[in-house]
Amino acid sequence: MTGLAFLILFVAVLFGYALNRMAASRIRAKGTRLHSLTRFHGMFAALLVGLPGFVVILFWLMAQGPLIDRSVMNGLPGGVLDGLEAGGVALVLAEIKSIASGQVFGTPEDWKLAAAETMTSRHASASLAMVVVIALMSAALLAFARSRVSQQFRARQGVERIVLGLMIFCSTIAIFTTIGIVLSLVFESIKFFRMVPLNEFLFGLRWEPQIAIRADQVAGQGVFGVLPVLLGSVLIMVIALVVAVPIGLFSAIYLSEFASPRTRNIVKPVLEILAGVPTIVYGFFAILVVAPFLRSSGAAAGLDVSPNTALAAGVVMAIMLIPFISSFSDDALSAVPRSLSDGSLALGATRGETMLKVLFPAAIPGIVGGVLLAVSRAIGETMIVVMAAGIIAKLTINPLDTVTTVTVQIVTLLIGDTEFDNPKTLAAFALGMLLFLVTLCINILALRIVRKYRELYD
Amino acid sequence: MTDIPPPSPSGTGFDWSSAEYREHVRKRRRSELWLRMAGIVSISLALGFLALMLVSLTVTGYKAFTQTHVTIDVPISAETVDAEDIFGSNWRRIIQGAVASQFPDLTGPALRAAGDILSDGAQFRVRDRVVADPSLIGTVVSFLVPVSDPFDQLNKGSIDRNTPESNRRVTDAQIAAFDTLVAQDRISTPFNWGMFTNADSRFPELAGLKGAFIGSFYLLLVCFAIALPVGIGAAIYLEEFAPKNRISDLIEVNINNLAAVPSVVFGLLALAVFLNWFGLTRGSPLVGGLTLALMSLPTIIIATRASLKAVPPSIREAALGVGASRQQVVFQHVLPLAMPGIMTGTIIAMAQAIGETAPLLLIGMNAFMTSAPSTPFDSATTLPTQIFIWADSPERGFVSRTSAAILVLLGILVMMNGMAIWLRRRFERKW
Repeated sequence: MTGLAFLILFVAVLFGYALNRMAASRIRAKGTRLHSLTRFHGMFAALLVGLPGFVVILFWLMAQGPLIDRSVMNGLPGGVLDGLEAGGVALVLAEIKSIASGQVFGTPEDWKLAAAETMTSRHASASLAMVVVIALMSAALLAFARSRVSQQFRARQGVERIVLGLMIFCSTIAIFTTIGIVLSLVFESIKFFRMVPLNEFLFGLRWEPQIAIRADQVAGQGVFGVLPVLLGSVLIMVIALVVAVPIGLFSAIYLSEFASPRTRNIVKPVLEILAGVPTIVYGFFAILVVAPFLRSSGAAAGLDVSPNTALAAGVVMAIMLIPFISSFSDDALSAVPRSLSDGSLALGATRGETMLKVLFPAAIPGIVGGVLLAVSRAIGETMIVVMAAGIIAKLTINPLDTVTTVTVQIVTLLIGDTEFDNPKTLAAFALGMLLFLVTLCINILALRIVRKYRELYD
Repeated sequence: MTDIPPPSPSGTGFDWSSAEYREHVRKRRRSELWLRMAGIVSISLALGFLALMLVSLTVTGYKAFTQTHVTIDVPISAETVDAEDIFGSNWRRIIQGAVASQFPDLTGPALRAAGDILSDGAQFRVRDRVVADPSLIGTVVSFLVPVSDPFDQLNKGSIDRNTPESNRRVTDAQIAAFDTLVAQDRISTPFNWGMFTNADSRFPELAGLKGAFIGSFYLLLVCFAIALPVGIGAAIYLEEFAPKNRISDLIEVNINNLAAVPSVVFGLLALAVFLNWFGLTRGSPLVGGLTLALMSLPTIIIATRASLKAVPPSIREAALGVGASRQQVVFQHVLPLAMPGIMTGTIIAMAQAIGETAPLLLIGMNAFMTSAPSTPFDSATTLPTQIFIWADSPERGFVSRTSAAILVLLGILVMMNGMAIWLRRRFERKW
């Protein structure tokens, strides 16, 4: 049915275009000079018919399912849902849905079968109604668009207004996305903080999200103190930066000051390859090569190395960050005005001295901005730590121990479990909120530093 | 900048040849050398990591591109195959019969152990062939079927025959049976087409990437179909039409910040909005594509704006001069000239999207799927989530398959980036 609706709309759009264009051509054939070209008359009709129809279909499809679900659940015979919690009601709904789609397991109660039948019939009638509405609406808009065709009609302006509106809509999608992120995080986090107090979350020293889902299950109480998780993120980030910053920085210094153009042209793109490798590849590399290597060399040195060390995750993350830091430092170094380095060289300083005592200090704000962006990347990076770091939160700064991170917890809390009524899943959104705020602050700070520094020399 | 020593007390000028000064110069040169060495060491480390990664993935992965097969004669007799219900016949027993006739001198547990050489999928392969062609009933058909994972490892040398039997996944008797097959020239190691034509499976020898390929394709299709028009529309508005006011500034800052939001947060957004609010199908390429479209929007917008900016103003002025409207200028002159740059940026954004994993885990694209999705609205896996599933699987055969899948993914990325570079080289214009 949806396909039929789209087909009707598509035909109406084509028909409207042809109809108006031919009508305009006929006027022109009579010798009158049109205000707009004939194809603008056609496009005007096409946009006028197509856009509202498209929007109506999308909204209809979005609203149809939930509305019918609600009406079916409200129409259930009294008493069958008594004593059920939100999860239980959702289960009943899911069962009715699967019966309606033809998958019957066992022998469901009669009222469920009846509800499934109601659901099927309502879906059918809703789809039919959508097709009818689309057909009627298209016809009405076609007629309206056709009535507008005249010698004076400013079709081009009409088309351009619609197109401009579309473009404005496109550019606001970025804002809607941000609003969507903030709202979804805030709403779920508020639900979470109703169950777990905010100060317990922010200052708690234990993170044990394993809670009983059923009443009779044996499990922990669930403690949600974010500090150990946050410390894990910070530990891995620090390890990554300790490795990546010197390597990235010295690479950038060498490439921008000492390397021959040929070396530079080869090495730079190869370094960029590191930036294009998907993070899951780094994650697998960590568990395939780095972690076993650390474990065996730790055993050889008599150290106790856990299988999911923070060190392995940090080192592999560092590899990912090297091209990031080196290209940022390179940009910052080459943005320093030439007159500075020329002056230093003319005074007899070597290239190295010029670099260390003139260029580098001048480029420090840009480099710091780049490092800050790398910090926010390292904290937000997910796949490497999901694969290489652990899931048990420990309050430790020992790089050979296992730690967990904010992103790991988000993923592990949400994989395979989407019941939104227990603190375990909602905790992921609280963590997401924290992650979003922290990275946002770092990014804004970094961008501000970079911009301020650019103004310095512009 | 250099430390110039004070003039010598005699007042006759500075003694450039003094031992003290020579030592000073030597120190300066040495620190210069240190800086150079540090740079070279850093670059070699970075390149070394890259090489180590590629080499280790290739070394573990290349074996998965071949798969050990065994040629086995299966007697399809009319007694064992129910002509009325070919599909429902006891195919397991038929395969066991084939193994028994292959090893006439084995019985009981020894025969069952030898039967483990064949993959569990062998019976389905035979079944499907006979269902497709019932005239085979009553004949002896020779089939090329994969061997199970331990014997694949054995054949490829990953299992050491010298380890004690208790530490090995194959027994001495099984090795003997396998060697008999080798001696009969029944074992072959052809290219592993199953890797590309099978969907996922619990058995490494049967697992393939078909579902992941199709899932990734649909996902990219949705992502492309949304991100490209929206990105171009937004970029054109911001670059060509937007008035310089606080709202356009806000949009701009927003886009820049969105580009730096961690990908997992987009997963949370998709989970809360697309799955819970709109009720779209969990794990479908549609949801994944929508999510990744939002993620790649900033990249596309930034690339499009850069290439619009690169079109010289003389083009715009000339078009305006002959009476084109501002939109006609943009859509008929500026945009076509900017198109190569836009396509380059879009391909790079798509290459990022195809390797993105974290948000897809949150919307459930890491479910175990034994069939490829038929539409973008069905649950599916994608290449990176398939890699994640395989990397988590305990069977040893999946280690090399994970590496192989990563090599395939990297190959696709190299192709996409190569295409972007080619586009840039071919169509780049200097004004």
